[in-house]
Amino acid sequence: MRVLRRIGFAVGLPVVLFALWWVTSASSTDFYFPPLSRIVDSLVEEWFGPRLADDVLPSLLRLAAGFFIAAVVGITLGVLIGTYKRLRDLLEPVLEFFRAIPPPVVVPILMLIFGIEDTMKIVVIAFGCMWPILLNTAEGVRAVDSVLSDTARTYRIDGVARLRNLILPAASPQIFAGLRQGLSVAIILMVISELFAASDGLGFAIVQAQRSFAIPEMWAGMLMLGLLGFLLSLLFRIVESRWLAWYHGLRRAQRAS
Amino acid sequence: MSDTAPVTVVEPAAADAGAPAAATRGRSRGASPVLLGALGLIALVALFEILPRIGVLPAQFFPTSTEIGSALVDELGRSAFWTALLDTLQGWALGLAIAAVAGIVLGIVIGSSPLLRELTASTIEFLRPIPSVALIPLAVLLFGTSIESKLLLVVYAAFWQMLIQVLYGVQDVDPVAQDTARAYRFDFWARVRYVTWPTALPYVMTGLRLSAAVALILAVTAELVIGNPGVGNRLAVAQSSGAIATTYALVVVTGLVGVVVNLLFRFIERRALSWHPSQRGEVAL
Repeated sequence: MRVLRRIGFAVGLPVVLFALWWVTSASSTDFYFPPLSRIVDSLVEEWFGPRLADDVLPSLLRLAAGFFIAAVVGITLGVLIGTYKRLRDLLEPVLEFFRAIPPPVVVPILMLIFGIEDTMKIVVIAFGCMWPILLNTAEGVRAVDSVLSDTARTYRIDGVARLRNLILPAASPQIFAGLRQGLSVAIILMVISELFAASDGLGFAIVQAQRSFAIPEMWAGMLMLGLLGFLLSLLFRIVESRWLAWYHGLRRAQRAS
Repeated sequence: MSDTAPVTVVEPAAADAGAPAAATRGRSRGASPVLLGALGLIALVALFEILPRIGVLPAQFFPTSTEIGSALVDELGRSAFWTALLDTLQGWALGLAIAAVAGIVLGIVIGSSPLLRELTASTIEFLRPIPSVALIPLAVLLFGTSIESKLLLVVYAAFWQMLIQVLYGVQDVDPVAQDTARAYRFDFWARVRYVTWPTALPYVMTGLRLSAAVALILAVTAELVIGNPGVGNRLAVAQSSGAIATTYALVVVTGLVGVVVNLLFRFIERRALSWHPSQRGEVAL
Protein backbone atom coordinates (compact mmCIF):
# COMPACT_ATOMS: atom_id res chain seq x y z
CA MET A 1 0.00 0.00 0.00
CA ARG A 2 2.74 2.40 0.92
CA VAL A 3 4.61 1.61 -2.24
CA LEU A 4 1.49 2.26 -4.29
CA ARG A 5 1.04 5.56 -2.51
CA ARG A 6 4.58 6.61 -3.30
CA ILE A 7 4.26 5.62 -6.92
CA GLY A 8 0.98 7.51 -7.09
CA PHE A 9 2.65 10.63 -5.74
CA ALA A 10 5.58 10.29 -8.11
CA VAL A 11 3.53 9.79 -11.28
CA GLY A 12 0.43 11.78 -10.31
CA LEU A 13 1.40 15.31 -11.22
CA PRO A 14 3.38 14.46 -14.36
CA VAL A 15 0.45 12.42 -15.68
CA VAL A 16 -1.98 15.25 -14.95
CA LEU A 17 0.27 17.81 -16.62
CA PHE A 18 0.83 15.61 -19.64
CA ALA A 19 -2.88 14.92 -19.98
CA LEU A 20 -3.62 18.62 -19.63
CA TRP A 21 -1.15 19.45 -22.38
CA TRP A 22 -2.56 16.68 -24.55
CA VAL A 23 -6.17 17.81 -24.16
CA THR A 24 -5.66 21.55 -24.42
CA SER A 25 -3.46 21.23 -27.48
CA ALA A 26 -5.49 18.50 -29.19
CA SER A 27 -7.45 20.84 -31.42
CA SER A 28 -4.79 23.53 -31.48
CA THR A 29 -4.46 25.38 -34.74
CA ASP A 30 -1.80 27.69 -33.37
CA PHE A 31 1.20 27.29 -35.62
CA TYR A 32 3.71 27.53 -32.78
CA PHE A 33 1.89 25.21 -30.41
CA PRO A 34 0.99 22.10 -32.38
CA PRO A 35 -1.05 19.26 -30.81
CA LEU A 36 1.03 17.13 -28.48
CA SER A 37 0.05 14.04 -30.45
CA ARG A 38 1.97 15.36 -33.46
CA ILE A 39 4.97 16.22 -31.33
CA VAL A 40 5.03 12.72 -29.88
CA ASP A 41 4.67 11.23 -33.36
CA SER A 42 7.67 13.18 -34.52
CA LEU A 43 9.59 12.27 -31.37
CA VAL A 44 9.05 8.59 -31.97
CA GLU A 45 9.53 8.61 -35.74
CA GLU A 46 12.38 11.06 -36.08
CA TRP A 47 14.26 11.16 -32.84
CA PHE A 48 14.04 7.55 -31.89
CA GLY A 49 14.41 6.65 -35.56
CA PRO A 50 17.16 7.76 -37.93
CA ARG A 51 18.18 10.81 -35.94
CA LEU A 52 19.20 8.79 -32.93
CA ALA A 53 22.32 7.59 -34.72
CA ASP A 54 22.76 10.65 -36.95
CA ASP A 55 22.37 13.44 -34.45
CA VAL A 56 21.98 12.28 -30.88
CA LEU A 57 24.91 9.89 -30.88
CA PRO A 58 27.52 12.34 -32.22
CA SER A 59 26.39 14.88 -29.65
CA LEU A 60 26.68 12.38 -26.84
CA LEU A 61 30.11 11.23 -27.96
CA ARG A 62 31.40 14.78 -28.00
CA LEU A 63 29.83 15.37 -24.61
CA ALA A 64 31.51 12.27 -23.22
CA ALA A 65 34.90 13.19 -24.68
CA GLY A 66 34.77 16.77 -23.42
CA PHE A 67 33.53 15.78 -20.00
CA PHE A 68 36.17 13.08 -19.65
CA ILE A 69 39.00 15.44 -20.58
CA ALA A 70 37.65 18.07 -18.19
CA ALA A 71 37.40 15.51 -15.39
CA VAL A 72 40.98 14.28 -15.84
CA VAL A 73 42.50 17.74 -16.19
CA GLY A 74 40.27 19.30 -13.54
CA ILE A 75 40.89 16.65 -10.90
CA THR A 76 44.64 16.55 -11.57
CA LEU A 77 45.06 20.30 -11.37
CA GLY A 78 42.61 20.48 -8.49
CA VAL A 79 44.64 18.01 -6.43
CA LEU A 80 47.83 19.97 -7.13
CA ILE A 81 46.26 23.31 -6.30
CA GLY A 82 44.56 21.92 -3.23
CA THR A 83 47.76 20.37 -1.93
CA TYR A 84 50.14 23.29 -2.29
CA LYS A 85 49.09 26.44 -0.52
CA ARG A 86 51.56 28.63 -2.37
CA LEU A 87 50.26 27.46 -5.71
CA ARG A 88 46.72 28.10 -4.53
CA ASP A 89 47.53 31.63 -3.45
CA LEU A 90 49.29 32.27 -6.72
CA LEU A 91 46.51 30.99 -8.96
CA GLU A 92 43.38 31.85 -7.04
CA PRO A 93 42.58 35.23 -8.63
CA VAL A 94 43.38 33.83 -12.08
CA LEU A 95 41.08 30.86 -11.52
CA GLU A 96 38.34 33.09 -10.14
CA PHE A 97 38.54 35.13 -13.31
CA PHE A 98 38.44 32.15 -15.66
CA ARG A 99 35.58 30.62 -13.75
CA ALA A 100 33.60 33.84 -14.02
CA ILE A 101 33.80 33.93 -17.81
CA PRO A 102 30.49 32.61 -19.14
CA PRO A 103 31.73 29.51 -21.04
CA PRO A 104 29.71 30.11 -24.22
CA VAL A 105 31.63 33.33 -24.97
CA VAL A 106 34.79 31.37 -25.65
CA VAL A 107 33.05 29.53 -28.49
CA PRO A 108 33.71 32.31 -31.04
CA ILE A 109 37.41 32.35 -30.10
CA LEU A 110 37.83 28.57 -30.06
CA MET A 111 36.05 28.50 -33.41
CA LEU A 112 38.83 30.66 -34.85
CA ILE A 113 41.54 28.44 -33.45
CA PHE A 114 40.14 24.97 -33.94
CA GLY A 115 37.81 25.45 -36.88
CA ILE A 116 34.28 24.13 -36.69
CA GLU A 117 34.96 20.42 -36.49
CA ASP A 118 34.53 18.03 -33.58
CA THR A 119 37.80 19.20 -31.97
CA MET A 120 36.37 22.66 -31.38
CA LYS A 121 33.21 21.31 -29.80
CA ILE A 122 35.08 18.94 -27.54
CA VAL A 123 37.47 21.69 -26.47
CA VAL A 124 34.53 24.02 -25.77
CA ILE A 125 32.84 21.41 -23.59
CA ALA A 126 36.08 20.54 -21.80
CA PHE A 127 37.01 24.17 -21.21
CA GLY A 128 33.63 25.10 -19.81
CA CYS A 129 33.05 22.23 -17.43
CA MET A 130 36.64 22.04 -16.20
CA TRP A 131 36.33 24.99 -13.78
CA PRO A 132 33.67 23.68 -11.42
CA ILE A 133 35.49 20.32 -11.30
CA LEU A 134 38.86 21.94 -10.67
CA LEU A 135 37.68 24.36 -8.00
CA ASN A 136 35.61 21.80 -6.12
CA THR A 137 38.45 19.28 -6.19
CA ALA A 138 40.90 21.87 -4.89
CA GLU A 139 38.51 22.77 -2.10
CA GLY A 140 37.89 19.11 -1.22
CA VAL A 141 41.61 18.35 -1.11
CA ARG A 142 42.31 21.42 0.96
CA ALA A 143 39.66 20.47 3.49
CA VAL A 144 40.93 16.93 4.12
CA ASP A 145 40.55 16.22 7.80
CA SER A 146 43.80 17.31 9.44
CA VAL A 147 43.82 14.45 11.97
CA LEU A 148 43.56 11.90 9.15
CA SER A 149 46.20 13.72 7.20
CA ASP A 150 48.60 13.86 10.15
CA THR A 151 47.94 10.20 10.99
CA ALA A 152 48.77 9.20 7.45
CA ARG A 153 51.94 11.21 7.66
CA THR A 154 52.90 9.57 10.95
CA TYR A 155 52.55 6.18 9.33
CA ARG A 156 54.69 7.42 6.46
CA ILE A 157 51.92 6.96 3.95
CA ASP A 158 52.88 9.22 1.11
CA GLY A 159 53.11 9.48 -2.63
CA VAL A 160 50.63 7.43 -4.61
CA ALA A 161 49.34 5.56 -1.56
CA ARG A 162 48.51 8.82 0.16
CA LEU A 163 46.72 10.06 -2.93
CA ARG A 164 44.77 6.84 -3.41
CA ASN A 165 43.91 6.04 0.16
CA LEU A 166 43.57 9.44 1.74
CA ILE A 167 43.24 12.44 -0.54
CA LEU A 168 41.00 11.21 -3.32
CA PRO A 169 38.51 9.39 -1.08
CA ALA A 170 38.36 12.29 1.36
CA ALA A 171 37.80 14.77 -1.42
CA SER A 172 35.42 12.60 -3.43
CA PRO A 173 32.15 14.10 -2.15
CA GLN A 174 33.38 17.51 -3.29
CA ILE A 175 34.78 16.10 -6.51
CA PHE A 176 31.37 14.63 -7.28
CA ALA A 177 29.70 17.93 -6.53
CA GLY A 178 32.05 19.50 -9.05
CA LEU A 179 31.46 16.76 -11.60
CA ARG A 180 27.73 17.21 -11.28
CA GLN A 181 27.93 20.96 -11.87
CA GLY A 182 30.34 20.25 -14.70
CA LEU A 183 27.90 17.85 -16.31
CA SER A 184 25.10 20.38 -16.50
CA VAL A 185 27.48 22.95 -17.96
CA ALA A 186 28.69 20.32 -20.43
CA ILE A 187 25.16 19.65 -21.70
CA ILE A 188 24.59 23.36 -22.24
CA LEU A 189 27.88 23.68 -24.12
CA MET A 190 27.16 20.59 -26.19
CA VAL A 191 24.09 22.36 -27.54
CA ILE A 192 25.68 25.81 -27.83
CA SER A 193 28.71 24.54 -29.73
CA GLU A 194 26.39 22.99 -32.30
CA LEU A 195 24.36 26.14 -32.74
CA PHE A 196 27.23 28.05 -34.30
CA ALA A 197 28.48 25.70 -36.90
CA ALA A 198 27.76 22.04 -37.30
CA SER A 199 26.60 19.41 -39.72
CA ASP A 200 25.11 17.06 -37.16
CA GLY A 201 24.10 16.98 -33.55
CA LEU A 202 21.09 17.54 -31.36
CA GLY A 203 21.45 21.32 -31.11
CA PHE A 204 22.05 21.59 -34.83
CA ALA A 205 18.98 19.51 -35.67
CA ILE A 206 16.70 21.48 -33.36
CA VAL A 207 17.77 24.81 -34.77
CA GLN A 208 17.50 23.43 -38.28
CA ALA A 209 13.92 22.41 -37.52
CA GLN A 210 13.19 25.83 -36.07
CA ARG A 211 14.64 27.66 -39.08
CA SER A 212 12.67 25.58 -41.53
CA PHE A 213 9.54 26.06 -39.41
CA ALA A 214 9.17 22.34 -38.80
CA ILE A 215 7.54 23.15 -35.50
CA PRO A 216 6.49 19.68 -34.29
CA GLU A 217 10.04 18.44 -34.92
CA MET A 218 11.44 21.39 -33.03
CA TRP A 219 9.23 20.63 -30.04
CA ALA A 220 10.16 16.97 -30.28
CA GLY A 221 13.83 17.92 -30.31
CA MET A 222 13.35 20.08 -27.23
CA LEU A 223 11.63 17.18 -25.48
CA MET A 224 14.46 14.90 -26.54
CA LEU A 225 17.01 17.31 -25.11
CA GLY A 226 15.05 17.53 -21.88
CA LEU A 227 14.81 13.77 -21.68
CA LEU A 228 18.55 13.50 -22.27
CA GLY A 229 19.31 16.03 -19.55
CA PHE A 230 17.08 14.13 -17.16
CA LEU A 231 18.55 10.71 -18.02
CA LEU A 232 22.12 11.93 -17.74
CA SER A 233 21.50 13.44 -14.34
CA LEU A 234 19.75 10.25 -13.25
CA LEU A 235 22.70 8.16 -14.44
CA PHE A 236 25.08 10.47 -12.67
CA ARG A 237 23.08 10.19 -9.48
CA ILE A 238 23.17 6.39 -9.62
CA VAL A 239 26.94 6.39 -10.11
CA GLU A 240 27.35 8.92 -7.35
CA SER A 241 25.20 7.07 -4.83
CA ARG A 242 27.16 3.87 -5.54
CA TRP A 243 30.52 5.52 -5.26
CA LEU A 244 29.67 7.66 -2.28
CA ALA A 245 27.53 5.09 -0.47
CA TRP A 246 29.99 5.13 2.43
CA TYR A 247 29.79 8.90 2.66
CA HIS A 248 26.01 9.14 2.66
CA GLY A 249 25.88 6.33 5.22
CA LEU A 250 28.37 8.19 7.39
CA ARG A 251 26.37 11.38 7.20
CA ARG A 252 23.13 9.62 8.03
CA ALA A 253 24.79 8.06 11.06
CA GLN A 254 26.16 11.42 12.13
CA ARG A 255 22.79 13.06 11.77
CA ALA A 256 21.00 10.34 13.68
CA SER A 257 23.32 10.61 16.64
CA MET B 1 15.85 13.97 -2.47
CA SER B 2 17.35 14.49 0.91
CA ASP B 3 20.43 12.43 0.10
CA THR B 4 21.56 15.04 -2.40
CA ALA B 5 21.29 17.82 0.14
CA PRO B 6 24.74 17.70 1.68
CA VAL B 7 26.56 17.75 -1.61
CA THR B 8 24.58 20.65 -2.99
CA VAL B 9 25.01 22.62 0.14
CA VAL B 10 28.71 21.89 0.41
CA GLU B 11 29.28 23.70 -2.85
CA PRO B 12 28.99 27.26 -1.51
CA ALA B 13 31.87 26.55 0.82
CA ALA B 14 33.86 25.56 -2.24
CA ALA B 15 33.21 28.93 -3.77
CA ASP B 16 34.67 30.65 -0.77
CA ALA B 17 37.93 28.76 -1.07
CA GLY B 18 40.02 31.65 0.14
CA ALA B 19 38.37 32.54 3.42
CA PRO B 20 38.66 29.34 5.51
CA ALA B 21 42.11 28.64 4.06
CA ALA B 22 43.48 31.64 5.82
CA ALA B 23 41.79 30.65 9.05
CA THR B 24 42.98 27.05 9.22
CA ARG B 25 46.49 27.58 8.01
CA GLY B 26 47.26 31.07 9.12
CA ARG B 27 50.98 30.43 9.54
CA SER B 28 51.95 31.95 6.23
CA ARG B 29 55.66 32.19 5.74
CA GLY B 30 57.16 34.54 3.20
CA ALA B 31 54.96 36.21 0.64
CA SER B 32 51.38 37.04 1.57
CA PRO B 33 48.47 35.50 -0.38
CA VAL B 34 47.46 38.87 -1.77
CA LEU B 35 50.94 39.45 -3.16
CA LEU B 36 51.10 35.96 -4.64
CA GLY B 37 47.66 36.40 -6.18
CA ALA B 38 48.70 39.66 -7.79
CA LEU B 39 51.82 37.91 -9.04
CA GLY B 40 49.67 35.20 -10.62
CA LEU B 41 47.59 37.77 -12.48
CA ILE B 42 50.71 39.60 -13.66
CA ALA B 43 52.17 36.30 -14.85
CA LEU B 44 49.00 35.58 -16.84
CA VAL B 45 49.17 38.97 -18.54
CA ALA B 46 52.91 38.54 -19.20
CA LEU B 47 52.40 35.07 -20.70
CA PHE B 48 49.78 36.45 -23.05
CA GLU B 49 52.25 39.14 -24.06
CA ILE B 50 55.28 36.92 -24.59
CA LEU B 51 53.91 33.64 -25.97
CA PRO B 52 52.29 35.12 -29.12
CA ARG B 53 55.37 37.31 -29.70
CA ILE B 54 57.89 34.50 -29.68
CA GLY B 55 55.57 32.34 -31.74
CA VAL B 56 54.68 29.63 -29.23
CA LEU B 57 51.04 30.59 -29.70
CA PRO B 58 50.04 31.50 -33.28
CA ALA B 59 49.84 35.29 -33.37
CA GLN B 60 46.89 35.35 -35.75
CA PHE B 61 44.67 33.73 -33.13
CA PHE B 62 46.27 35.04 -29.96
CA PRO B 63 46.62 38.82 -29.77
CA THR B 64 49.14 40.06 -27.20
CA SER B 65 48.06 41.52 -23.88
CA THR B 66 48.83 45.03 -25.07
CA GLU B 67 46.64 44.55 -28.13
CA ILE B 68 43.79 43.20 -26.02
CA GLY B 69 44.32 46.02 -23.55
CA SER B 70 44.19 48.75 -26.17
CA ALA B 71 41.11 47.12 -27.75
CA LEU B 72 39.54 47.13 -24.30
CA VAL B 73 40.33 50.80 -23.82
CA ASP B 74 38.83 51.53 -27.25
CA GLU B 75 35.70 49.66 -26.29
CA LEU B 76 35.40 51.51 -23.00
CA GLY B 77 35.44 54.78 -24.95
CA ARG B 78 32.50 53.83 -27.17
CA SER B 79 28.97 54.64 -26.07
CA ALA B 80 27.66 51.60 -27.99
CA PHE B 81 29.65 49.39 -25.63
CA TRP B 82 28.09 50.92 -22.56
CA THR B 83 24.61 50.59 -24.06
CA ALA B 84 25.34 46.93 -24.72
CA LEU B 85 26.64 46.41 -21.19
CA LEU B 86 23.52 48.05 -19.77
CA ASP B 87 21.32 45.83 -21.95
CA THR B 88 23.08 42.75 -20.64
CA LEU B 89 22.85 43.88 -17.03
CA GLN B 90 19.19 44.82 -17.45
CA GLY B 91 18.28 41.37 -18.78
CA TRP B 92 20.34 39.74 -16.05
CA ALA B 93 18.86 41.78 -13.19
CA LEU B 94 15.27 41.52 -14.38
CA GLY B 95 15.52 37.78 -15.01
CA LEU B 96 17.23 37.18 -11.68
CA ALA B 97 14.60 39.21 -9.83
CA ILE B 98 11.71 37.31 -11.43
CA ALA B 99 13.38 33.95 -10.80
CA ALA B 100 14.25 34.85 -7.21
CA VAL B 101 10.76 36.02 -6.28
CA ALA B 102 9.09 33.06 -7.99
CA GLY B 103 11.60 30.62 -6.46
CA ILE B 104 11.20 32.01 -2.94
CA VAL B 105 7.39 32.17 -3.03
CA LEU B 106 6.91 28.75 -4.58
CA GLY B 107 9.68 27.26 -2.46
CA ILE B 108 8.05 28.43 0.77
CA VAL B 109 4.55 27.36 -0.32
CA ILE B 110 5.64 23.92 -1.54
CA GLY B 111 8.15 23.43 1.24
CA SER B 112 5.68 24.20 4.03
CA SER B 113 3.32 21.43 3.01
CA PRO B 114 4.51 17.82 3.05
CA LEU B 115 1.69 16.88 0.69
CA LEU B 116 2.67 19.46 -1.93
CA ARG B 117 6.29 18.48 -1.53
CA GLU B 118 5.58 14.84 -2.26
CA LEU B 119 3.30 15.68 -5.16
CA THR B 120 5.76 17.98 -6.90
CA ALA B 121 9.05 16.20 -6.15
CA SER B 122 9.13 14.01 -9.26
CA THR B 123 8.08 16.87 -11.54
CA ILE B 124 10.75 19.16 -10.13
CA GLU B 125 13.39 16.46 -10.44
CA PHE B 126 12.39 15.99 -14.05
CA LEU B 127 12.20 19.64 -15.07
CA ARG B 128 15.31 20.82 -13.26
CA PRO B 129 17.99 19.07 -15.31
CA ILE B 130 16.45 20.16 -18.61
CA PRO B 131 19.08 22.48 -20.03
CA SER B 132 17.63 25.94 -20.52
CA VAL B 133 19.31 26.18 -23.90
CA ALA B 134 16.67 23.69 -25.07
CA LEU B 135 14.30 26.64 -24.96
CA ILE B 136 16.33 28.71 -27.43
CA PRO B 137 14.36 27.70 -30.55
CA LEU B 138 11.05 28.39 -28.85
CA ALA B 139 12.30 31.72 -27.49
CA VAL B 140 13.41 32.75 -30.97
CA LEU B 141 10.10 31.82 -32.57
CA LEU B 142 7.95 33.47 -29.96
CA PHE B 143 9.90 36.60 -29.15
CA GLY B 144 12.59 37.09 -31.79
CA THR B 145 15.43 39.20 -30.46
CA SER B 146 13.37 41.26 -28.03
CA ILE B 147 14.23 41.12 -24.34
CA GLU B 148 11.56 38.50 -23.60
CA SER B 149 13.52 35.75 -25.32
CA LYS B 150 16.54 36.53 -23.17
CA LEU B 151 14.37 36.66 -20.06
CA LEU B 152 12.80 33.29 -20.82
CA LEU B 153 16.23 31.61 -20.79
CA VAL B 154 17.55 33.54 -17.80
CA VAL B 155 14.46 32.97 -15.68
CA TYR B 156 14.22 29.27 -16.49
CA ALA B 157 17.86 28.65 -15.62
CA ALA B 158 17.95 30.75 -12.46
CA PHE B 159 14.55 29.65 -11.13
CA TRP B 160 15.50 26.03 -10.44
CA GLN B 161 18.66 26.94 -8.56
CA MET B 162 16.59 29.22 -6.38
CA LEU B 163 13.68 26.84 -5.87
CA ILE B 164 15.84 23.89 -4.88
CA GLN B 165 17.79 25.88 -2.32
CA VAL B 166 14.62 27.37 -0.80
CA LEU B 167 13.07 23.90 -0.59
CA TYR B 168 16.11 22.58 1.28
CA GLY B 169 16.02 25.61 3.52
CA VAL B 170 12.35 25.25 4.43
CA GLN B 171 12.83 21.55 5.16
CA ASP B 172 15.61 22.47 7.53
CA VAL B 173 13.21 24.26 9.93
CA ASP B 174 13.51 23.00 13.49
CA PRO B 175 10.28 21.09 14.28
CA VAL B 176 10.42 22.23 17.90
CA ALA B 177 10.55 25.87 16.84
CA GLN B 178 7.72 25.25 14.42
CA ASP B 179 5.57 23.58 17.09
CA THR B 180 6.36 26.30 19.60
CA ALA B 181 5.24 28.93 17.12
CA ARG B 182 2.05 26.96 16.54
CA ALA B 183 1.47 26.62 20.28
CA TYR B 184 1.66 30.40 20.58
CA ARG B 185 -0.93 30.62 17.79
CA PHE B 186 1.33 32.26 15.27
CA ASP B 187 -0.62 32.35 12.03
CA PHE B 188 0.86 31.17 8.75
CA TRP B 189 2.41 34.54 7.90
CA ALA B 190 3.94 34.99 11.32
CA ARG B 191 5.42 31.50 11.16
CA VAL B 192 6.88 32.23 7.74
CA ARG B 193 8.23 35.54 8.93
CA TYR B 194 9.73 34.47 12.27
CA VAL B 195 10.48 30.76 11.88
CA THR B 196 10.74 29.64 8.26
CA TRP B 197 12.39 32.69 6.77
CA PRO B 198 15.33 33.00 9.20
CA THR B 199 16.02 29.27 8.87
CA ALA B 200 15.86 29.36 5.11
CA LEU B 201 17.79 32.60 4.69
CA PRO B 202 21.27 31.03 4.38
CA TYR B 203 19.92 28.72 1.69
CA VAL B 204 18.16 31.62 -0.01
CA MET B 205 21.44 33.52 -0.09
CA THR B 206 23.32 30.54 -1.54
CA GLY B 207 20.56 30.12 -4.11
CA LEU B 208 20.74 33.79 -4.97
CA ARG B 209 24.48 33.66 -5.50
CA LEU B 210 24.32 30.56 -7.69
CA SER B 211 21.34 31.97 -9.61
CA ALA B 212 23.14 35.25 -10.19
CA ALA B 213 26.07 33.47 -11.82
CA VAL B 214 23.83 31.23 -13.94
CA ALA B 215 21.63 34.16 -14.95
CA LEU B 216 24.66 36.06 -16.22
CA ILE B 217 25.82 33.07 -18.26
CA LEU B 218 22.40 32.66 -19.83
CA ALA B 219 21.98 36.39 -20.50
CA VAL B 220 25.26 36.51 -22.42
CA THR B 221 24.53 33.20 -24.13
CA ALA B 222 21.15 34.42 -25.33
CA GLU B 223 22.76 37.52 -26.79
CA LEU B 224 25.45 35.47 -28.43
CA VAL B 225 23.16 32.86 -29.96
CA ILE B 226 19.83 34.59 -30.44
CA GLY B 227 21.27 38.04 -31.10
CA ASN B 228 19.55 40.12 -28.42
CA PRO B 229 21.34 43.44 -28.04
CA GLY B 230 24.08 43.20 -25.40
CA VAL B 231 27.71 42.34 -24.79
CA GLY B 232 27.27 38.81 -26.13
CA ASN B 233 25.92 40.08 -29.41
CA ARG B 234 28.71 42.66 -29.64
CA LEU B 235 31.20 39.86 -29.16
CA ALA B 236 29.63 37.81 -31.96
CA VAL B 237 29.78 40.81 -34.27
CA ALA B 238 33.43 41.48 -33.37
CA GLN B 239 34.33 37.88 -34.05
CA SER B 240 32.57 37.66 -37.40
CA SER B 241 34.14 40.92 -38.55
CA GLY B 242 37.61 39.61 -37.71
CA ALA B 243 38.36 42.02 -34.85
CA ILE B 244 40.11 39.39 -32.78
CA ALA B 245 41.63 41.67 -30.17
CA THR B 246 38.20 43.19 -29.55
CA THR B 247 36.68 39.72 -29.24
CA TYR B 248 39.24 38.87 -26.56
CA ALA B 249 38.65 42.20 -24.88
CA LEU B 250 34.92 41.50 -24.67
CA VAL B 251 35.57 38.03 -23.24
CA VAL B 252 37.66 39.76 -20.58
CA VAL B 253 34.76 42.14 -19.94
CA THR B 254 32.31 39.27 -19.42
CA GLY B 255 34.79 37.65 -17.05
CA LEU B 256 35.18 40.86 -15.07
CA VAL B 257 31.42 41.32 -14.88
CA GLY B 258 31.19 37.75 -13.61
CA VAL B 259 33.81 38.41 -10.93
CA VAL B 260 32.02 41.58 -9.82
CA VAL B 261 28.69 39.73 -9.63
CA ASN B 262 30.29 36.99 -7.53
CA LEU B 263 31.91 39.45 -5.16
CA LEU B 264 28.75 41.49 -4.88
CA PHE B 265 26.62 38.52 -3.92
CA ARG B 266 29.19 37.20 -1.48
CA PHE B 267 29.16 40.63 0.13
CA ILE B 268 25.35 40.69 0.29
CA GLU B 269 25.39 37.19 1.74
CA ARG B 270 27.81 38.20 4.45
CA ARG B 271 25.77 41.28 5.33
CA ALA B 272 22.43 39.48 5.36
CA LEU B 273 23.76 36.60 7.43
CA SER B 274 26.06 38.44 9.80
CA TRP B 275 24.03 36.95 12.68
CA HIS B 276 24.35 33.39 11.41
CA PRO B 277 26.93 30.92 12.82
CA SER B 278 28.17 30.03 9.33
CA GLN B 279 29.44 33.58 8.91
CA ARG B 280 31.18 33.72 12.27
CA GLY B 281 34.20 31.71 11.23
CA GLU B 282 32.80 28.28 11.86
CA VAL B 283 32.65 26.03 8.82
CA ALA B 284 28.98 25.15 8.40
CA LEU B 285 29.19 21.79 6.69
